[in-house]
Amino acid sequence: MHRAAAVARSVKASSVLRAGLRQHAAARSFSASATARLNSLSTYTEDEEMLRESVQRFANEVVGPKVREMDENEMMDPAVIKGLFDQGLMGIETSADHGGSESSFTSAIIAIEELARVDPSVSVVCDVHNTLVNTIFRKYGTKDQQDKWLPQLAENKLGSFCLSEPASGSDAFALQTRAKKDGSNWIINGSKMWITNSYEAEIFLIFANVDPAQGYKGITCFVATKDMGIQIAKKEQKLGIRASSTCTLNFDDLKVPEENVIGEVGKGYKIAIEILNEGRVGIAAQMVGLAQGAFDKAVPYTYQRSQFGQPIGTFQGMAFSIAKAAVDIESARLLTYNAARRKEEGKSFTKEAAMAKYWSSVVAQEVSGNAIEWAGGVGFTRETGIEKYWRDSKIGAIYEGTSNIQLNTIAKFVQKEYS
Amino acid sequence: MRPSAVRLLNVLVPIKRTIDYAVKIRVNPQQTGVDTNVKHSMNPFDEIAVEEAVRLREKLKDAVKSIKVITIGPPKASETLRTALAMGADAGIHVEVPEASPSPEPLGVAKALQAVIKREKEGVDLVILGKQAIDDDAGQTGQMLAGLMGWSQATFASKIVVDTEKKEASVTREIDGGLEEIRCRLPLVLTTDLRLNEPRYASLPNIMKAKKKPIEKLSASDLGVDLTPILETLKVTEPPKRTGGQKVESVDELVQKLKDAGITAVA
Repeated sequence: MHRAAAVARSVKASSVLRAGLRQHAAARSFSASATARLNSLSTYTEDEEMLRESVQRFANEVVGPKVREMDENEMMDPAVIKGLFDQGLMGIETSADHGGSESSFTSAIIAIEELARVDPSVSVVCDVHNTLVNTIFRKYGTKDQQDKWLPQLAENKLGSFCLSEPASGSDAFALQTRAKKDGSNWIINGSKMWITNSYEAEIFLIFANVDPAQGYKGITCFVATKDMGIQIAKKEQKLGIRASSTCTLNFDDLKVPEENVIGEVGKGYKIAIEILNEGRVGIAAQMVGLAQGAFDKAVPYTYQRSQFGQPIGTFQGMAFSIAKAAVDIESARLLTYNAARRKEEGKSFTKEAAMAKYWSSVVAQEVSGNAIEWAGGVGFTRETGIEKYWRDSKIGAIYEGTSNIQLNTIAKFVQKEYS
Repeated sequence: MRPSAVRLLNVLVPIKRTIDYAVKIRVNPQQTGVDTNVKHSMNPFDEIAVEEAVRLREKLKDAVKSIKVITIGPPKASETLRTALAMGADAGIHVEVPEASPSPEPLGVAKALQAVIKREKEGVDLVILGKQAIDDDAGQTGQMLAGLMGWSQATFASKIVVDTEKKEASVTREIDGGLEEIRCRLPLVLTTDLRLNEPRYASLPNIMKAKKKPIEKLSASDLGVDLTPILETLKVTEPPKRTGGQKVESVDELVQKLKDAGITAVA
């Protein structure tokens, strides 16, 4: 009896030991950071949660009442842009020394999502300024450039990212804007098209080619201010995100001092490629917010509107449609936040960013389209603001890399892995 | 004659974490209260109180020496303190109660605040509270605190002007008949009404700054206060659903129906 018990005890002990060793071995194969508790993607820091609440309130109370007017007039209210600056939302990742909020990339994503819930036009203003313009200075600017430009961008000067041209969109590196060295200046000539924020911006990041014979290896990134002589030409009249200005820019012998080259001459293509990754996660967040905003507007209505003696949202057909939309939004959100966290961890996130942007734009269009149908006639009229989300969603599949470009990127990763 | 030194004000703002005002409240199945598994945030009147303190500092500048916020609540209530710090308060005090414990009642809160004020080495000159919490709508804490401390009180304030030299405040109160303006000597207990101000949003830089501001943790026993409720809630129900009314043909019929319903005031 004694013996058996002793044997049983030792077996138990050694199996526990073995299990422990197994666990330890498994843990050893992870990186040190992963042995900390692994959190779900719904985990945010306290600051991130406070930011989400704060932006939600700002969006609902300050932006909300103006959404329709800005859309109908195709004009962003300057008070809204000022509000974004005052709330510290235009220097989210910028260091405190440069007047920024020194927060995480995910914080920027949260702000973009919450703004988009109320107005995707306002969201894109914040997105382009933070994920494209600010990040370029933070990553590729010299200390002097950072000291000069980041504080202005954090405090009150709106930035614009100028890459696309009439003849080059997806084929970005076929751009034709030229920069020619003249003494200690660069003279820039050419046109940019489809430029977000351009009507209100004062600081412009312009991609121009200094030596077309070198192909894309001549592309260089320059910073210029409006008062250097940038001509803001035609403002586009668009289907959606109408309040966000999209203009054509003309550069006619625009003189830019040589210290305004960001990064190295001829390395602009690298900046463009790398920065668009972060921009994609930003757009994904905008689309997630858009889908959520449309959902939040239409679904409560379906529980109030009764036909045939019951709220229409309780009919099974409607309930299934609503449930599917909820699944889609959650999936798009998880893709987006995972891409953001991967970036914060220093992991490669190109594929994930492409997936998030592609899928979120699909979900945005689908959910906002359904939202109109759920609300019926009321969804079709402009008064409730539901239809606006559908119009706004279309751009998601187009800008910052069309859906086909995203699929191309993803396919290349798959090919590399599987062939 | 030497002017009397401007007394530096120490302001205390008690805040409460309540169910968010936008939530659709539902009675819980046990009928003992409402479902609390919903979004919570700072009591809106308390936000107004924090905002008023921050505005006082913006107006009086260095004359406002410190703005401390205090809450009595479960661990999660520290988030509410952080929001207040992000709005501009300097430091927080968290009197932590266990998660499952019942919500403290106004008298208990007032006694705890009294203990905290007595503890404060620098003293407290101004306590600004929300006029009521939106969960219990009691509207008692400020008044009870003033009574316990023997201080002036000015409730339902819609405007506050503080004179640090005279150590006075003139307060406009919203009362049933309209507005009343009173002059009070410091130290003073104020409760805020809706029209006092519009609270600011916590901007991102301030949220980040709030991380470095200190929060002192205390327990009720540290203060020598018993927060056990003295009231027992017997039952919580929703108001009865509205049923349709009846149409009558004449006033006589109406009077008859009222009589039949036992409304004896009808002759």
